[in-house]
Amino acid sequence: MNEPINFHFKVDGSNFISAGEASVNVKKLLRQVGIAPDIIKRVSIAMYEGEINMVIHANGGTADVNVYPDKIQIILEDVGPGIPDIDQAMQEGFSTAQDNVRSLGFGAGMGLPNMKKYTDMMKIESEVGKGTKVTMEVNIP
Amino acid sequence: MDIITLQNKLGLKALNISDPTREVHGGYCGDLLSWVMGRATDEDAWITIMTNNNIIAVASLADVPCIIICEGCEVDDELLNLTRDKGINLLVSEDSEFTVAGKLYGLLNN
Ligand SMILES: Nc1ncnc2c1ncn2[C@@H]1O[C@H](COP(=O)(O)OP(=O)(O)OP(=O)(O)O)[C@@H](O)[C@H]1O
Ligand SMILES: [Mg+2]
Repeated sequence: MNEPINFHFKVDGSNFISAGEASVNVKKLLRQVGIAPDIIKRVSIAMYEGEINMVIHANGGTADVNVYPDKIQIILEDVGPGIPDIDQAMQEGFSTAQDNVRSLGFGAGMGLPNMKKYTDMMKIESEVGKGTKVTMEVNIP
Repeated sequence: MDIITLQNKLGLKALNISDPTREVHGGYCGDLLSWVMGRATDEDAWITIMTNNNIIAVASLADVPCIIICEGCEVDDELLNLTRDKGINLLVSEDSEFTVAGKLYGLLNN
Protein backbone atom coordinates (compact mmCIF):
# COMPACT_ATOMS: atom_id res chain seq x y z
CA MET A 1 0.00 0.00 0.00
CA ASN A 2 1.10 3.54 -0.75
CA GLU A 3 4.16 2.48 -2.69
CA PRO A 4 6.02 5.65 -3.63
CA ILE A 5 6.60 6.65 -7.25
CA ASN A 6 10.35 6.24 -7.79
CA PHE A 7 12.62 8.05 -10.20
CA HIS A 8 16.16 6.67 -10.37
CA PHE A 9 19.20 8.31 -11.97
CA LYS A 10 22.86 7.48 -12.46
CA VAL A 11 24.89 10.66 -12.08
CA ASP A 12 27.96 10.79 -14.31
CA GLY A 13 31.00 12.03 -12.44
CA SER A 14 33.14 12.83 -15.45
CA ASN A 15 31.21 15.68 -16.98
CA PHE A 16 31.06 18.99 -15.07
CA ILE A 17 29.56 20.79 -18.01
CA SER A 18 26.33 18.76 -18.29
CA ALA A 19 26.01 18.27 -14.52
CA GLY A 20 22.52 18.92 -13.17
CA GLU A 21 20.71 16.95 -15.85
CA ALA A 22 18.94 14.60 -13.40
CA SER A 23 17.55 17.52 -11.39
CA VAL A 24 16.27 19.28 -14.49
CA ASN A 25 14.54 16.02 -15.47
CA VAL A 26 13.02 15.62 -12.02
CA LYS A 27 11.49 19.06 -12.35
CA LYS A 28 9.73 17.91 -15.51
CA LEU A 29 8.67 14.53 -14.07
CA LEU A 30 7.24 16.07 -10.90
CA ARG A 31 5.24 18.50 -12.99
CA GLN A 32 3.80 15.54 -14.89
CA VAL A 33 2.64 13.82 -11.69
CA GLY A 34 0.93 17.04 -10.61
CA ILE A 35 3.15 18.31 -7.78
CA ALA A 36 2.70 22.03 -6.89
CA PRO A 37 5.28 24.42 -8.46
CA ASP A 38 6.69 25.71 -5.15
CA ILE A 39 7.33 22.15 -3.94
CA ILE A 40 8.93 21.23 -7.28
CA LYS A 41 11.26 24.22 -7.03
CA ARG A 42 12.42 23.27 -3.53
CA VAL A 43 12.94 19.62 -4.46
CA SER A 44 14.76 20.31 -7.70
CA ILE A 45 17.09 22.96 -6.24
CA ALA A 46 18.00 20.78 -3.25
CA MET A 47 18.57 17.83 -5.55
CA TYR A 48 20.64 19.93 -7.97
CA GLU A 49 23.04 20.99 -5.22
CA GLY A 50 23.40 17.38 -4.06
CA GLU A 51 23.82 16.13 -7.60
CA ILE A 52 26.53 18.72 -8.34
CA ASN A 53 28.32 17.79 -5.13
CA MET A 54 28.45 14.16 -6.23
CA VAL A 55 29.88 15.24 -9.59
CA ILE A 56 32.52 17.67 -8.34
CA HIS A 57 33.48 16.04 -5.04
CA ALA A 58 32.72 12.32 -5.41
CA ASN A 59 33.07 11.31 -9.06
CA GLY A 60 29.33 10.72 -9.50
CA GLY A 61 26.78 8.45 -7.82
CA THR A 62 23.09 7.65 -7.85
CA ALA A 63 20.00 9.74 -7.18
CA ASP A 64 16.57 8.48 -6.18
CA VAL A 65 13.45 10.57 -5.86
CA ASN A 66 10.51 8.94 -4.09
CA VAL A 67 7.13 10.61 -4.29
CA TYR A 68 4.84 9.77 -1.34
CA PRO A 69 1.36 11.23 -0.86
CA ASP A 70 2.61 13.51 1.92
CA LYS A 71 6.28 14.07 1.06
CA ILE A 72 9.00 13.85 -1.55
CA GLN A 73 12.19 12.09 -0.54
CA ILE A 74 15.55 12.54 -2.29
CA ILE A 75 18.37 10.06 -1.71
CA LEU A 76 21.84 10.74 -3.12
CA GLU A 77 24.53 8.10 -2.71
CA ASP A 78 28.15 8.05 -3.79
CA VAL A 79 31.28 6.02 -3.15
CA GLY A 80 33.50 9.11 -3.13
CA PRO A 81 36.01 10.35 -0.54
CA GLY A 82 33.44 11.04 2.18
CA ILE A 83 33.15 14.15 4.36
CA PRO A 84 35.54 14.23 7.34
CA ASP A 85 33.72 16.96 9.29
CA ILE A 86 30.03 17.34 8.44
CA ASP A 87 29.42 20.36 10.71
CA GLN A 88 32.25 22.21 9.01
CA ALA A 89 30.99 21.21 5.54
CA MET A 90 27.53 22.57 6.43
CA GLN A 91 28.91 26.06 7.15
CA GLU A 92 28.20 28.74 4.56
CA GLY A 93 31.38 29.45 2.62
CA PHE A 94 33.24 26.23 3.43
CA SER A 95 34.47 24.56 0.26
CA THR A 96 37.24 22.24 -0.86
CA ALA A 97 36.40 22.74 -4.55
CA GLN A 98 39.38 22.82 -6.91
CA ASP A 99 40.24 25.70 -9.27
CA ASN A 100 38.94 23.95 -12.39
CA VAL A 101 35.38 23.79 -11.02
CA ARG A 102 35.60 27.19 -9.33
CA SER A 103 36.14 28.73 -12.75
CA LEU A 104 32.74 27.27 -13.75
CA GLY A 105 31.05 29.04 -10.84
CA PHE A 106 31.06 26.23 -8.27
CA GLY A 107 32.77 26.34 -4.90
CA ALA A 108 30.93 29.09 -3.05
CA GLY A 109 30.34 26.70 -0.18
CA MET A 110 26.62 27.36 -0.39
CA GLY A 111 25.34 24.04 -1.76
CA LEU A 112 24.78 22.16 1.50
CA PRO A 113 23.28 25.27 3.21
CA ASN A 114 20.89 25.62 0.24
CA MET A 115 19.88 21.96 0.57
CA LYS A 116 19.09 22.50 4.23
CA LYS A 117 17.23 25.73 3.52
CA TYR A 118 14.98 24.25 0.84
CA THR A 119 14.06 20.97 2.57
CA ASP A 120 12.12 20.03 5.71
CA MET A 121 14.54 17.25 6.65
CA MET A 122 18.14 16.59 5.70
CA LYS A 123 20.45 13.85 6.91
CA ILE A 124 24.07 13.28 5.88
CA GLU A 125 25.76 9.94 6.51
CA SER A 126 29.38 9.85 5.46
CA GLU A 127 32.46 7.79 6.02
CA VAL A 128 35.90 8.91 4.88
CA GLY A 129 37.18 6.64 2.11
CA LYS A 130 33.78 4.93 1.74
CA GLY A 131 31.27 7.49 0.51
CA THR A 132 28.37 9.74 1.37
CA LYS A 133 24.61 9.32 1.55
CA VAL A 134 22.40 12.38 1.71
CA THR A 135 18.69 11.97 2.47
CA MET A 136 16.33 14.94 2.13
CA GLU A 137 12.58 15.33 2.44
CA VAL A 138 10.16 18.04 1.39
CA ASN A 139 6.69 17.77 2.93
CA ILE A 140 3.63 18.09 0.75
CA PRO A 141 1.10 20.17 2.66
CA MET B 1 8.08 44.60 -16.87
CA ASP B 2 8.01 42.07 -19.72
CA ILE B 3 11.12 40.75 -21.43
CA ILE B 4 10.71 42.74 -24.63
CA THR B 5 10.33 46.03 -22.75
CA LEU B 6 13.39 45.12 -20.70
CA GLN B 7 15.33 44.34 -23.86
CA ASN B 8 14.43 47.70 -25.44
CA LYS B 9 14.95 49.86 -22.35
CA LEU B 10 18.35 48.33 -21.54
CA GLY B 11 19.47 48.08 -25.18
CA LEU B 12 20.07 44.35 -24.92
CA LYS B 13 20.72 41.91 -27.72
CA ALA B 14 18.26 38.99 -27.53
CA LEU B 15 19.98 35.68 -28.32
CA ASN B 16 16.97 33.57 -27.40
CA ILE B 17 13.47 34.51 -26.37
CA SER B 18 11.44 31.39 -25.63
CA ASP B 19 8.84 33.06 -23.46
CA PRO B 20 8.33 36.82 -24.01
CA THR B 21 5.52 36.89 -21.44
CA ARG B 22 7.84 36.38 -18.45
CA GLU B 23 7.80 39.35 -16.05
CA VAL B 24 10.86 40.92 -14.44
CA HIS B 25 10.32 42.74 -11.14
CA GLY B 26 13.85 42.57 -9.75
CA GLY B 27 17.35 41.37 -10.42
CA TYR B 28 20.08 39.21 -8.97
CA CYS B 29 23.78 39.68 -9.76
CA GLY B 30 26.06 36.71 -9.34
CA ASP B 31 28.63 34.43 -10.90
CA LEU B 32 28.73 31.82 -8.13
CA LEU B 33 26.00 29.36 -9.01
CA SER B 34 24.97 28.30 -5.50
CA TRP B 35 24.38 31.91 -4.49
CA VAL B 36 22.11 32.38 -7.47
CA MET B 37 20.39 29.07 -6.77
CA GLY B 38 19.74 30.05 -3.17
CA ARG B 39 18.73 33.69 -3.64
CA ALA B 40 17.37 34.50 -7.10
CA THR B 41 13.57 34.47 -7.32
CA ASP B 42 11.31 33.74 -10.27
CA GLU B 43 10.90 37.50 -10.82
CA ASP B 44 14.62 38.31 -10.93
CA ALA B 45 16.61 38.90 -14.10
CA TRP B 46 19.89 37.05 -13.50
CA ILE B 47 22.82 39.36 -14.29
CA THR B 48 26.12 37.51 -14.82
CA ILE B 49 29.30 37.08 -16.84
CA MET B 50 29.19 33.27 -16.72
CA THR B 51 28.65 31.61 -20.10
CA ASN B 52 29.32 27.91 -19.46
CA ASN B 53 26.52 25.38 -19.92
CA ASN B 54 25.85 25.07 -16.19
CA ILE B 55 24.04 28.41 -16.16
CA ILE B 56 21.13 26.82 -18.05
CA ALA B 57 20.37 24.28 -15.32
CA VAL B 58 20.60 27.03 -12.70
CA ALA B 59 18.32 29.38 -14.65
CA SER B 60 15.85 26.56 -15.25
CA LEU B 61 15.70 25.38 -11.62
CA ALA B 62 15.72 28.84 -10.05
CA ASP B 63 13.11 29.66 -12.71
CA VAL B 64 14.46 33.15 -13.40
CA PRO B 65 12.60 35.03 -16.17
CA CYS B 66 15.85 35.68 -18.09
CA ILE B 67 19.64 35.65 -18.01
CA ILE B 68 21.48 38.86 -18.92
CA ILE B 69 25.08 38.13 -19.95
CA CYS B 70 27.22 41.24 -19.40
CA GLU B 71 30.45 42.66 -20.87
CA GLY B 72 29.41 41.35 -24.28
CA CYS B 73 30.76 37.92 -23.28
CA GLU B 74 30.82 35.43 -26.11
CA VAL B 75 28.05 32.79 -26.13
CA ASP B 76 28.80 29.57 -28.05
CA ASP B 77 26.35 27.57 -30.16
CA GLU B 78 26.06 24.78 -27.61
CA LEU B 79 24.81 27.20 -24.95
CA LEU B 80 22.47 28.79 -27.44
CA ASN B 81 20.98 25.40 -28.35
CA LEU B 82 20.50 24.64 -24.66
CA THR B 83 18.58 27.88 -24.10
CA ARG B 84 16.19 26.85 -26.90
CA ASP B 85 15.83 23.28 -25.56
CA LYS B 86 15.14 24.39 -22.02
CA GLY B 87 13.16 27.50 -22.90
CA ILE B 88 15.48 30.03 -21.25
CA ASN B 89 15.36 33.71 -22.26
CA LEU B 90 18.94 34.85 -22.92
CA LEU B 91 19.99 38.46 -23.49
CA VAL B 92 23.40 40.08 -23.84
CA SER B 93 24.64 43.52 -22.83
CA GLU B 94 27.91 45.27 -23.68
CA ASP B 95 27.76 46.94 -20.25
CA SER B 96 29.27 45.71 -16.98
CA GLU B 97 27.20 43.91 -14.34
CA PHE B 98 27.30 47.10 -12.26
CA THR B 99 25.89 49.22 -15.08
CA VAL B 100 23.19 46.73 -16.08
CA ALA B 101 22.09 46.31 -12.48
CA GLY B 102 22.08 50.07 -11.96
CA LYS B 103 20.00 50.71 -15.06
CA LEU B 104 17.55 47.92 -14.18
CA TYR B 105 17.21 49.20 -10.63
CA GLY B 106 16.43 52.66 -11.98
CA LEU B 107 13.83 51.32 -14.40
CA LEU B 108 12.04 49.22 -11.80
CA ASN B 109 12.00 51.90 -9.14
CA ASN B 110 10.69 54.81 -11.18
N1 LIG C 1 29.16 14.09 -1.85
C1 LIG C 1 30.25 14.62 -1.28
N2 LIG C 1 31.38 13.89 -1.15
C2 LIG C 1 32.49 14.42 -0.58
N3 LIG C 1 32.55 15.67 -0.09
C3 LIG C 1 31.46 16.45 -0.18
C4 LIG C 1 30.25 15.98 -0.78
N4 LIG C 1 29.33 16.97 -0.71
C5 LIG C 1 29.92 18.01 -0.10
N5 LIG C 1 31.22 17.71 0.23
C6 LIG C 1 32.18 18.58 0.95
O1 LIG C 1 31.47 19.62 1.60
C7 LIG C 1 31.93 20.90 1.15
C8 LIG C 1 30.79 21.90 1.16
O2 LIG C 1 29.79 21.54 0.19
P1 LIG C 1 28.88 22.68 -0.45
O3 LIG C 1 27.99 22.06 -1.46
O4 LIG C 1 28.24 23.45 0.64
O5 LIG C 1 29.92 23.65 -1.16
P2 LIG C 1 30.75 23.45 -2.52
O6 LIG C 1 30.20 22.28 -3.27
O7 LIG C 1 32.18 23.39 -2.20
O8 LIG C 1 30.42 24.80 -3.30
P3 LIG C 1 29.01 25.23 -3.97
O9 LIG C 1 28.01 24.18 -3.62
O10 LIG C 1 28.67 26.56 -3.40
O11 LIG C 1 29.28 25.29 -5.44
C9 LIG C 1 32.54 20.62 -0.21
O12 LIG C 1 33.48 21.60 -0.60
C10 LIG C 1 33.19 19.25 0.02
O13 LIG C 1 34.40 19.37 0.72
MG1 LIG D 1 28.14 22.13 -3.61
